[in-house]
Amino acid sequence: MPRIRPRLIFPALLLLLTGASLAEPPVGADTKPGLPSLLAALPAASYADKRLLIQQMLALRDPRVRAVLQAFLADALVARTRDQHVFVAEASEDHPDQLQLTDPLTAASAGAESSDDFATIGVNNQLRKELRVALAQFDLASLDQSVRLAAVKEMLRALDPRTQQMLRDRLTQEREPSVRREIQVGLALADLDSDEAATRLAAVTELSNSLNPDVYNRLSAMIQKSGNGSYGEADANVRAAAARSLRSIEHYRSFYAAIQTLIYGLSQGSVLVLAAIGLAITFGVMGVINMAHGELMMLGAYTTYVVQLLMPEHIGASIIVAIPAAFLVCGIAGVAIERGIVRHLYGRPLETLLATFGVSLILQQAVRDIFSANNRPVITPEWLAGTLQINDVLAITYNRLYIIVFTFALFLGLLAVMKRTRLGLEVRAVAQNRGMAKAMGVRTEWVDALTFGLGSGIAGIAGVALSQLTNVGPNLGQNYIVDSFMVVVFGGVGNLWGTEVGGNSLGVANKLLEPYTGAVLAKILVLVFLILFIQRRPRGLFPQRGRSADA
Amino acid sequence: MHESPMADRGGRWFLWALLDTAMAVHLLNGLPGAQSAMHLSNYTMNLIGKYMTYAMLAIAVDLIWGYCGILSLGHGAFFALGGYAMGMYLMRQIGTRGVYGDPVLPDFMIFLNWKELPWFWHGFESFPYALLMILLVPAALALVFGFLAVRARVSGVYFSIITQALTYALMLAFFRNDMGFGGNNGFTDFKDILGFNLQAPGTRIVLFLVTSLGLGATYLLCRYVVSSRAGRVIEAIRDAESRARFLGYRVESYKLWVFVLSAVIAGLAGALYVAQIGIINPSEFSPTNSIEIVIWVAIGGRGTLYGAVVGAFLVNFAKTYFTGALPSVWLYALGGLFIGVTLFLPHGVVGVIRRVGPNKGESTKIMGSA
Repeated sequence: MPRIRPRLIFPALLLLLTGASLAEPPVGADTKPGLPSLLAALPAASYADKRLLIQQMLALRDPRVRAVLQAFLADALVARTRDQHVFVAEASEDHPDQLQLTDPLTAASAGAESSDDFATIGVNNQLRKELRVALAQFDLASLDQSVRLAAVKEMLRALDPRTQQMLRDRLTQEREPSVRREIQVGLALADLDSDEAATRLAAVTELSNSLNPDVYNRLSAMIQKSGNGSYGEADANVRAAAARSLRSIEHYRSFYAAIQTLIYGLSQGSVLVLAAIGLAITFGVMGVINMAHGELMMLGAYTTYVVQLLMPEHIGASIIVAIPAAFLVCGIAGVAIERGIVRHLYGRPLETLLATFGVSLILQQAVRDIFSANNRPVITPEWLAGTLQINDVLAITYNRLYIIVFTFALFLGLLAVMKRTRLGLEVRAVAQNRGMAKAMGVRTEWVDALTFGLGSGIAGIAGVALSQLTNVGPNLGQNYIVDSFMVVVFGGVGNLWGTEVGGNSLGVANKLLEPYTGAVLAKILVLVFLILFIQRRPRGLFPQRGRSADA
Repeated sequence: MHESPMADRGGRWFLWALLDTAMAVHLLNGLPGAQSAMHLSNYTMNLIGKYMTYAMLAIAVDLIWGYCGILSLGHGAFFALGGYAMGMYLMRQIGTRGVYGDPVLPDFMIFLNWKELPWFWHGFESFPYALLMILLVPAALALVFGFLAVRARVSGVYFSIITQALTYALMLAFFRNDMGFGGNNGFTDFKDILGFNLQAPGTRIVLFLVTSLGLGATYLLCRYVVSSRAGRVIEAIRDAESRARFLGYRVESYKLWVFVLSAVIAGLAGALYVAQIGIINPSEFSPTNSIEIVIWVAIGGRGTLYGAVVGAFLVNFAKTYFTGALPSVWLYALGGLFIGVTLFLPHGVVGVIRRVGPNKGESTKIMGSA
């Protein structure tokens, strides 16, 4: 079965959209006289005639014209040699010598025929420009604002008096602010070339809050003094206005740059929080130093990899499946570590540290033996990729936003478990006073195992998220272990809020330093700050109050 | 109740063994003919020399962990700093024999297009100065870091975590080319020390003997410290810090000085290591290395000093053997050792030997929570 080509779907979709917007007869209804005859005239027409034909087609205000023009521009409009019938053609995938044909009038498939029987209807550069403008004009009336925006951008690339007029006309009826803005900026940019100083002055003022890089460059050029002492802009008033506009633009730019730094910092901080939040349970609440925590994250990342291997057809859903899977795998591993090793070492935190470091070595080597020492490819689903373009200077990749939201959700979930559930209550009770909790009938051993399992499971979930951000290899965990312990101690041991706030503020601090120092030095400075901070306040940002703090 | 440094049996055994090893290695290496079954290759001698520097490092860790209850997860940093100081001296000795032939600047600086020697490199052409730095740099770092930590009463796992962060930060810093320590390549290709060719068999034997001497002296010094009055106080701090404080001892200064002494020993070990191995790079600062040191001590048996030496030799011998013969088994074995020793042998190998050995009467102090 031949695959449906996106290039065919797109015009068809637009056809539907524009069809609705122009309130013209829907596709498949009786054809208005004119389009068939205009089409029939195309193959034999000269370039000059073709230009006229295009304008006549536009005048029909027929939604089907768009697909014709699009195909025309793409050299995909062909005429059958024997009867000069015009089709939209697409190279056939299975048979290279055949063309998949579509009837432009009905948008229905007209089968496949040998390409030898067809001639492409030729286009020259002038016609291409004409076609682009015509298409943009079409799209300018689209119901979809993103189509309109793209059309405006296309028209702004080559403005002439005719297209300027078109845009001015559109501005009178356009309601969508982003499209209006784009038109205004484009027209103002064009006005900068005007001979009238007053027009230029108005344009410069108009541009004072535009973040478009073109605007910035143009305005900078205007106030630039050239070698012979003359300025890019002759009029002193306009120059002064341009300087004012530039200052205002720079103001906006630095504002958005600050927002970007903040979001980048928060996303980096979220990674720290992700790595640390499981530790905040095992170390913070139980007081167990689990050096294998990083390796549990690594297990979570590998779980994602395995889940993707198991469901190659549904990569988009694999992450959703991997989250509970990783929680289970790592949770069970955690319970096993607790039952097998940690429980024999309660009250001896340093020994626990050493034993769990042993576990981490074994896990690393096991992963090397099972999956090889090389990094494993984990695919990022489409819905996680991409960039959110907020304006010309602020663009944020979706994975950064997702990681912030995901981490915060995980944090809230964990907080709810600790504060609102029976398990959370028992965990806190055991942490505060083991003997008393036991006396009150809490099964402390059971609680210990479950708590450790919970912290480890959270590490697994963090691993799923990390698999989208870094390489999935046997050393994944090692890279986070120092950082995550520092975050927990910085935030205040036993305090989930401390971990969240601490991790995020460290991330932001890191990103703030980075432009001045570079990434590595920023990290070193943050570490040094942490060391000094902990030496000033050994209990962290938010010290735990009460008796357990003295344990 | 001053105890002679030679009083404990294990220590005496250790010193005799050390002396025998040093002599035997020296003599066997000197035997003519590489074919002879008794001949000890330079490689093996070098290996034993390396283990000895590790053993010194292990003693340093045992001094603060086994006797004072402070678990440092950053002792590799002091070792590496001593090593770097030695490396800087050896780099300056290369002189015009480097690839670029500059009489003053080491190769990597030419490579980075540096025009003159950074200020902290001045003086390293002189051996006494370098020796001073080998001792002073780790001491200064330990003093400042320890002072802040001890004053704030950062203890237990918190101390472990910040020492780990310390060595991690230093590793990142030394990886930077701008630091002036050769970036991730570190220093290597040394030519000679005090005018003697480092590759010459004679120099190697002398270096080996110096290392044996260093290990023996370290042991005696630490034994002297722990069996002195101050050593008693240090053990008291380990077992009951608050009680020691209430009795009027200045817990903070004891802790600080033990920490500094331990750092100096580690730095010296690092310098001897670099002289024999001929390379130093930032991976020596890696937190994993520091944890491994602790493991040697734990496996050997902490709070005994000679146990640390036994552990360093055992683990490193096993490492050399396994990484050669069965590379994939090594991490399983090491991981299993960590778990097994902490779970089943809280007093390490030495503890087992003591338990089954002839002198059950000797008091074995059991650490409380460390």
